[in-house]
Amino acid sequence: MIKFLLMVNKQGQTRLSKYYEQVDIEKRPSLETDVVKRCLSRKKEECSFVEYKDFRLVYRQYAALFIVVGISDTENELSIYELVHNFVEVLDKYFSRVVSSIMFNLDKVHIIIDEIIQNGHIVETNKNRILAPLLALDKMAEAH
Amino acid sequence: MSDVVEKTLSALPSLLSLDSQAGAGKLSPSSKLGNLIKGITELTSKHEEETLIKKELESIKEQVASPNTTMRQMKEIMVRAIYCEMLGYQASFSYIHAIKLAQQGSVLEKRVGYLAVSLFLNETDEFLLLLVNTVLKDLQSTNLIEVCMALTVVSQMFPKDMIPAILPVVEEKLTHPKEIIRRKAVLALYKFYLIAPNQVQHIHSKFRKALCDKDPGVMTASLHIYLQLIKENPESYKDLTGSMVTILRQVVGGKLPLDFNYHSVPAPWLQIQLLRILAYLGKEDQGTSEMMYDVLEESLRRAEMNHNITYAILFECVKTIYTVHPKSQLLEKAAECIGNFVLSPKINLKYLGLKALTYVVQQDANLALPHQMTIIECLDHSDVIIKRETLELLFRITNAQNVTVIVEKMLEFLRLTYNVWFIQTMNSVFSLGGDVMQPDIPNNFLRLLAEGVDNVEDRQLRLFAVDSYVSLLQGETAKLPQRFLQVISWVLGEYSYLREEESDPGSVMRLLARLLDQRHTSTETRSWVLGAMTKLCSSPVYTAIYWQNLHCYSTERHWLYKTKCLSSLFKLYLTTLIFEVDLIISCLSWLWCCFIPQVDSSLSFLDGYVSDALAAGAAPYKSPHQRQEDLVQEKALSLEPYGLSLPVSLSSCSITDRRSPTLLSMSSGLSGNSTELSHQEGSTTLKLEGVKRVWGKDGYLAQQQSAGETPTPLVELPSPLLSPQSPPSQKPSSGLEPDQEKRQLASSLFVGLGSHNSVCLVRLPSTVWLFIKNCQSANQSNVVKSLFKPFYINSCQSALHNLLDSTTVASEGGAATTTTPQQTSQRTLDHTTSNGNPHVEGTEQRVEAGGPLSLIRGNGMVAVVPPRDLPLTSHLPAELSGLARSEFTPLCSDQDSSLALSACRVYKEDALVLLVFISNNNDSALHQMVLQLTCKELEVYIFQTGLNNKVPLFFSEIPVGRSRNQDRNTRVSSNRDLEKPRIFCESFRNFCSPPLTVSTGDYGKMWLSFSHDLKQNLRLVTTEHQEPLTATLDALKGKLHLHVVDIIGSEGIVACRLLQGPGQGQPCLLHCRVHADSLAVWLRSPVPELPDSLLYHCQKALTET
Repeated sequence: MIKFLLMVNKQGQTRLSKYYEQVDIEKRPSLETDVVKRCLSRKKEECSFVEYKDFRLVYRQYAALFIVVGISDTENELSIYELVHNFVEVLDKYFSRVVSSIMFNLDKVHIIIDEIIQNGHIVETNKNRILAPLLALDKMAEAH
Repeated sequence: MSDVVEKTLSALPSLLSLDSQAGAGKLSPSSKLGNLIKGITELTSKHEEETLIKKELESIKEQVASPNTTMRQMKEIMVRAIYCEMLGYQASFSYIHAIKLAQQGSVLEKRVGYLAVSLFLNETDEFLLLLVNTVLKDLQSTNLIEVCMALTVVSQMFPKDMIPAILPVVEEKLTHPKEIIRRKAVLALYKFYLIAPNQVQHIHSKFRKALCDKDPGVMTASLHIYLQLIKENPESYKDLTGSMVTILRQVVGGKLPLDFNYHSVPAPWLQIQLLRILAYLGKEDQGTSEMMYDVLEESLRRAEMNHNITYAILFECVKTIYTVHPKSQLLEKAAECIGNFVLSPKINLKYLGLKALTYVVQQDANLALPHQMTIIECLDHSDVIIKRETLELLFRITNAQNVTVIVEKMLEFLRLTYNVWFIQTMNSVFSLGGDVMQPDIPNNFLRLLAEGVDNVEDRQLRLFAVDSYVSLLQGETAKLPQRFLQVISWVLGEYSYLREEESDPGSVMRLLARLLDQRHTSTETRSWVLGAMTKLCSSPVYTAIYWQNLHCYSTERHWLYKTKCLSSLFKLYLTTLIFEVDLIISCLSWLWCCFIPQVDSSLSFLDGYVSDALAAGAAPYKSPHQRQEDLVQEKALSLEPYGLSLPVSLSSCSITDRRSPTLLSMSSGLSGNSTELSHQEGSTTLKLEGVKRVWGKDGYLAQQQSAGETPTPLVELPSPLLSPQSPPSQKPSSGLEPDQEKRQLASSLFVGLGSHNSVCLVRLPSTVWLFIKNCQSANQSNVVKSLFKPFYINSCQSALHNLLDSTTVASEGGAATTTTPQQTSQRTLDHTTSNGNPHVEGTEQRVEAGGPLSLIRGNGMVAVVPPRDLPLTSHLPAELSGLARSEFTPLCSDQDSSLALSACRVYKEDALVLLVFISNNNDSALHQMVLQLTCKELEVYIFQTGLNNKVPLFFSEIPVGRSRNQDRNTRVSSNRDLEKPRIFCESFRNFCSPPLTVSTGDYGKMWLSFSHDLKQNLRLVTTEHQEPLTATLDALKGKLHLHVVDIIGSEGIVACRLLQGPGQGQPCLLHCRVHADSLAVWLRSPVPELPDSLLYHCQKALTET
C-alpha cells in the first residue's frame, strides 16, 4: 500500500505532498524533512529503496526534482519505482503540450495523481485514461 | 528503459526546474501563486518561511471574506491555501470556502474545490456532511465530467453514515455506457466496502458483473475489491480462480489494447495485482494451485525482457509460486529466476533478489545455498540498505550452529548504521536468548552503543534504546532474563539523561527501584541496577528516590549490596560535594544514622582479596600496635620502607567508568559468568573454529574441487537445487586469500542448512518446547522462536554433557566441605521444628509429607530426578556442578522404595543451596509430578526445565537476600578458595565446645602470636545483681561455651577453640573492655575467618538474650 507521495526539490523543499494515511498537518513538515534527508543523502550507485521507520521509501530523481513514495512492507518496491516513472511520463505528456512548469500547476498535478492512486492503491496506469478527465476539464474551461 | 523515453526525460528538467522562467502557461508565474512559490524558493530560513506564510494566510483570509471575490479568483486562492497547508500551516478558515467552491464553481473551479476538500479534510471531519448534497447533485448531473469528479471525491472520502443517501445513484452508474463512469463507480463502491462493508453486502453480484466487464479498466478496478475480499476470506472465492487465471493469461498474452502497455509490457500493475490474488487463492490449497501452475509458468517465461517492470512482475510471480501449494518443477524455475536478480549488476534488482530470497528461505532454507557467495558479498556492500536486507536474510536462516556468527555480523552492522531496527531485534534476542547466550554478546552490544562520536544519530539510537527499555520495564519484568536486565540497567544509567526533557525525570529511577524490589532480580543484577541509579543521581530530582533505596539496601546484610552502597555513597559524595551543601549535610546525617551502625567493620567483604593476597605471598596485616611490638621484639631498626599492604583496594567496588561498558564487570570474579564476560570481551573476531563445516561436502567447496581436480559426479549431490551451473562456480576467483576467508565465512553462516542437518530444525523434543514456552514473552514472533529453537537444544545438550563430566570434580569439592551428611539432615530437621512446615507432595506417586522430608529450607533448590541408574551427581544443575558441595545424603523413601529423597548442599558464593533430589526407582517413567514447597519465612519461585525428553526436572531457587541470617556463615568467595576452605559453621556450639582452657600468661603469649584480629563493639547485657561485664561474658559462656579466662576491673579475656572442620583445634581469643554503654571486643586468631564468624555469633547470642 502507498502511504504518501512527495515531490521535493534539491533544496529539500516540498513541492507537492499527498497522504493516503492520516498524518497531522503539524507533523508533516518534520516527517518530510526526515524522509527527504534520507533520500538526498543516498549515492547514485546505491539502491533506490530506503527503510524508514515501519515503512519503506522508494525514490527517483529527475534532475532537480525528487519523487519519494512511502510504501508499506508488503508492497513491491520495483513496481512503485516504475509507477513513479509512469507518472512522470504522464506529466511530461500533459505539460509539454501546454509548455508550463509543473510547479505552478499544483492543482493539475494533484488531479493527475488522483487518477493514478486512490486510497493508497494504484487504480489507473493507462496514460490516455489518466489524462482523459483533465483534458476534458481543460476543454470545457476553454469553452467558457 | 527505451531511448525515446530517456530523451523525453532529459528534456523534463527544464520543465520541472523553477529557475527556468520560460514557462508561462495558463497560470503565469507572476500571479499570486507564482509569487508565493518563488518567494518560498528564495527563502533561507525557517523563520522567514513562517513570516512569509503568515502574511500569505492573512491575505488569503481577507480575500475569501470579501464578497467581491469571484469563483475564478477563489480557485486560485484555494491553490494557495493548499500550498500553505502543504508546508504545515493550518488554513482552516478556508475549508468552508473550498466546499462552497465545489458547490458553486463551474467545472474546473468545482474540481479544484473538490480537490481542496479532499486535501484539507479527513474522513471524520464534520465539514464533509456539507458536501453530501453537492455530491448527490453532481452524481445526477447530465455533465459526465461533473459525475466523474463527484465519483472521484466519493472514492477518496465520504462520511460513513451518509452512504445510503448516495448508494442507489452510485449503483446505477455501474451500468453506465461510459467505461470511465463504470470504473469510478466500482472504485466508489470499493471505498464504501472499506469504510462500511455491511452497506454494500447486497451488491456482491454486481461486483462479479464488473469483473466480467468488457472494458479492462472496469475489470481492473473490481480487482481491488476482490483482492480485499479474498484476503479476508479466500474460501468463499475459490470459484473465481478460473476467471483470474483466464484474465491473467489474456493479459500476459497481450490481448489488452496497446495503450495499456507500459514500455511494451502489457498492463504490468494489473499482472502484479492478479498474481497477488492468485497467491491468496492457492495458499495451502492443492486443487486451486494446480489450476494456476500453467499461467504462473507462462508469466515466468514471458517476463524475460530486460526491464525493471518485468523484474517487478517476476518478483511477484516468485512470491506467488512459493506461496501456493508447491510444484517442484515450478519452484526450480522460480529459484533460477531469483538467481538472475541476485547476480544482476543493477543494485535495485540485487535488493529485490535478496528480498525474494528472504521470502523463499522461510519455505526452504537450502535455497540460500547456491547464492552463498553473493550473500557474503552483499554483507560487505557499501550500501547499508543492501547490508540490512542481507542481515534480514541471514536472520531467517539462523540455526544453532551459525547463530554466533550471524549475531556478530548484526553487531558489526550496528557499528556502521545506528538503526532502530537493530535495537528491536536485539531486544527479542535478549529476551529469548537471555541467560543462555554467550556473555560476550550483551557485552559487545553495550560497547557498540557506547562507542562512536556523540553525534545526532548516536544519540537517537541511544534514546531509542532508553525509550524501548523504559516501556519494557513498565510492563511485566518477571520474564526478562537477568542478562537483559543488566543490559537495560546499564543503558538506562548511561543514557537516561537523553530523555530528560520530555518526561518525568523520576520515572526511570522509580522503574529501577522497582527492579530492586522484585525478588526474581538476582544479586548480580541488583548491583547493576544500583550502579545505574548511582549514575542517575547526578540529577537532584533523582536523588530523593535514590536515598530511599540506598537506605533500604544498605540494611541488607548481603556484602555485595554493602560494598555497592558504599561506593555509591562515595561517588554521590564526590559529585554533590561542590554544588549541594544541603545535600551533604543530609547525606552525612543519614550516613551516620542508618549506615554506620550497621557497617561491616570487619570488612569481611575484603576477605577474598586478603586471602588472595596472602596466597600470593603478601605479608599478613598487622595492626599498628602489633607492628610496634614486633619492632620492640626485634630490637633493631628496620631501614627498609614498610611494604604497606593495607587491604584498602576497592577492587570490587570501584566506580565504573561512565564511558566504558567494558569496565562494567564491577562484580567480576563474583560469578563464573561475569569472569567469562571479562575474559571474552576483547574478542570481536568471528569464531570459526568449532563450527561444523558440513557444507564442504555438498556445497561450494565440492564444486571448486570438481573444477580443479577430478570431476566429482554432480548427480550424487543431495540437494537438487545445486545445479551444475551453480552461480558461485562461475565466478572467477580473484585473490585466493580473501576468497578463502569468504568461503570460511560462508561455511560458518550456512552451516546447518545442508540436507543432513536440516533434520534438527524440524524435530524437536517436546520438553524443549516446554522450556521455550516458559521463557518467551508472549508477543515474540514465530520467526524469533524458530531462530532460537536449535539454540535451546544445544544449550540443554551441552548442559547435560557438562553434568556428566563434572562427577570427578564434584567429588573433590565434596571432600573439601566441612559438614558431614549426618549434620546436614540434623540441621535441616532442626530448622523444621523451629521454622515452618515444608512438605513435598507427589500426585501419581505419593510421598508422605512431614518428618525428614521437611528439609526444604533456607537457600534451597529442589530437584526432581527420576532415573535411578545414573549417579545423582549427573543431575546437578549446570550452574551448580562446579561448586563445592556436600555428599549426597539419602533421607527417606516410601515403603516400596519407588520414590526416594536425598539431599546435598552446594556452596554458591552468595548462597547455600539445598538440593533435594527425588528419585524414581520404578521402571515406569514419572510423567507428572506436583511439587509443593511450603515455607513460612521464605518465598519460593520455581522455574522449570527439561533435561531430556523423558524426565522433567524442576528446581527452585530461593533468593538469598531474604534470609538474612543465613548468608554469612555459608559464604564462599570463589571456587579457588576450596583448598583453604572457610568455616562453614552451622552452629557455633558445634565447634566451640569444649572450651579452650588457658591461663592468663598463656593467653598473653598467644595473643601476641596471632595475626588476624578484629575489633567490634557489642551491646552489654544488664542484669540486676551482676556487673554488666560479668553478665555479658556469662551470657556468652552459656550460649557459646566460651571460656572466660579472667576478669580484671572493666576488662575481661575470653578464649575458645574450633571443634571441627579444617581449622580444627584453632583457638580464638577475645579481649573485652567496657566502654561507656557498650562492650569493645578485640578478637584474635590464627585463622582469618574465625574472629569474624565468632563475632557474628556473639552478636546473635547477645541479641537473643
